[in-house]
Amino acid sequence: MGVGETDYYRHGQAPEPEFKLCLKAILAACEDAGIDPKGIDGFASYSNDRNDPPALAVALGVRELRFSNMQWGGGGGGGAGAVANAAAAIAAGLADCIVVYRALAQGQFGRFGQGPRARTVYGDVALSAPYGQMSPAQWYAPKAMRFMFDHHIGQEALRAIAMASYHHAQANPRAIMYGRPLTEEAYDASRWITEPFHLYDCCQENDGAAALIMTPAERAKDFKQAPSYVLGAAIGAGYRVHSTPAGFATPDLASSHFQTLAPRLYEMAGVGPGDVDVVQAYENFTGGVLMSLVEHGFFAPDEAMDFLKLENLIAPSGKLPLNTSGGNLAECYMHGLELEIEAVRQLRGQSTSQVPSAQVSLTIAGPMVTPVSTVLFGSEAVL
Amino acid sequence: MSEAYLPDGLPIPVPEPNGLSAPYWEGLRREALMVQRNAKTGVYQFPPQWIAYDTQTFDVEWVEVEPKGVIYSWTRVWHPVHPALADACPYVVVVVELPQAGGVRMLGNLLGDPRQDVVIGAEVECVFEHHPDAAPPFTLAQWRRTAG
Repeated sequence: MGVGETDYYRHGQAPEPEFKLCLKAILAACEDAGIDPKGIDGFASYSNDRNDPPALAVALGVRELRFSNMQWGGGGGGGAGAVANAAAAIAAGLADCIVVYRALAQGQFGRFGQGPRARTVYGDVALSAPYGQMSPAQWYAPKAMRFMFDHHIGQEALRAIAMASYHHAQANPRAIMYGRPLTEEAYDASRWITEPFHLYDCCQENDGAAALIMTPAERAKDFKQAPSYVLGAAIGAGYRVHSTPAGFATPDLASSHFQTLAPRLYEMAGVGPGDVDVVQAYENFTGGVLMSLVEHGFFAPDEAMDFLKLENLIAPSGKLPLNTSGGNLAECYMHGLELEIEAVRQLRGQSTSQVPSAQVSLTIAGPMVTPVSTVLFGSEAVL
Repeated sequence: MSEAYLPDGLPIPVPEPNGLSAPYWEGLRREALMVQRNAKTGVYQFPPQWIAYDTQTFDVEWVEVEPKGVIYSWTRVWHPVHPALADACPYVVVVVELPQAGGVRMLGNLLGDPRQDVVIGAEVECVFEHHPDAAPPFTLAQWRRTAG
């Protein structure tokens, strides 16, 4: 297995085109693994990544293309799903060397967090945009608001999640927010984006690219790095989870939609929440992290205020070190693929906020969207 | 129109070219709140869909429901993401549940002081906000706290 990233930039500030960034991340992952890029035989991505496998295969000199896969729907909810799809293809014998990738250059293309500029809208968008409900933060805020109301959870819980990301970013020179620590006072004083989300509860938007190389487990020791293994994964959602912007109609509104996934994940992996050493939980918004940690079984909703304290969430000593590279909030919003890479780094002992002898590493992708996805990586010791 | 909660310039809602939600938008213009119902089971559904969510049959009918509900959740928006909203923040968006229609939910703005305390579970009534000068004209279902 290999992992690779470009430098990360603020949105719109990448000095190179998106396709070139994508190629650079894939080549970096090949270098990390010690393989010739011509030996890649499959591609998996998500969220309608604009860099399609045929073009990548030609550019990389791929000798034989055997797998070309896009995870449908869910935006960043597909990050772990792309890893899962690659793992499934490898297990089924469709391909032997798959790269999972994501590239974003938002100066070249559009931004996520802006409302539609169309003069007229129809369908589900027409039921929300005319009310000024038109960005991801606005769509997901009522989900977190209702969950916090139902379980008497205060703003301090969201603040602790944001603080953990910023804390870890201070040790990570790759992080956009490296050298820019966050204090509780600065969080509290920050402006609202849309209640209950302050500025620091919302992810960045960034430019860059990231890639992971996956191969069959029996080949994993042929490469330069200590291998990380996919122990289990799950993709999906529960009953009648509407896509945004009709998410308001989802019966189980106050959810990040991992209730049906987490039991399947743990069963496939043969481990439980108590075995997880470190978690990368996609912060589109901190409220999604809150619900996804509950739904993965780390604590009950009414324990959230006790559990979600900074000292519990930081490496090396916390009960559940969270977003140890700085995550989407403070390292980079590479649509969550940087979280998959950090999960692998933890198993290799290469994180800038290393959890001592981490063996089981969880990555949660895109809470509150549909479909969501989640993956457990393990070291050789837990096979 | 001067009485609207949010400024002009936001996207104008229109029915899909295939007309799926036309009865909803036409209903609002005559101050009727319309939702779909499974003609066989009586189960309500919203947003509109060609098929019944409960039985996967296509005999879905439109019915008028009493224009009231309760606040299920909400957000108060402070950061504008559309040029028309540059000077309109804060504003309140509510998710309203209609118990008399099987608990279907709709979005809307909560009329009144945008800094008011918003109470989950509070009763609200629908206010039909007409935009007769828009092209094409349309009406939005808005919500306000029920007096008393």
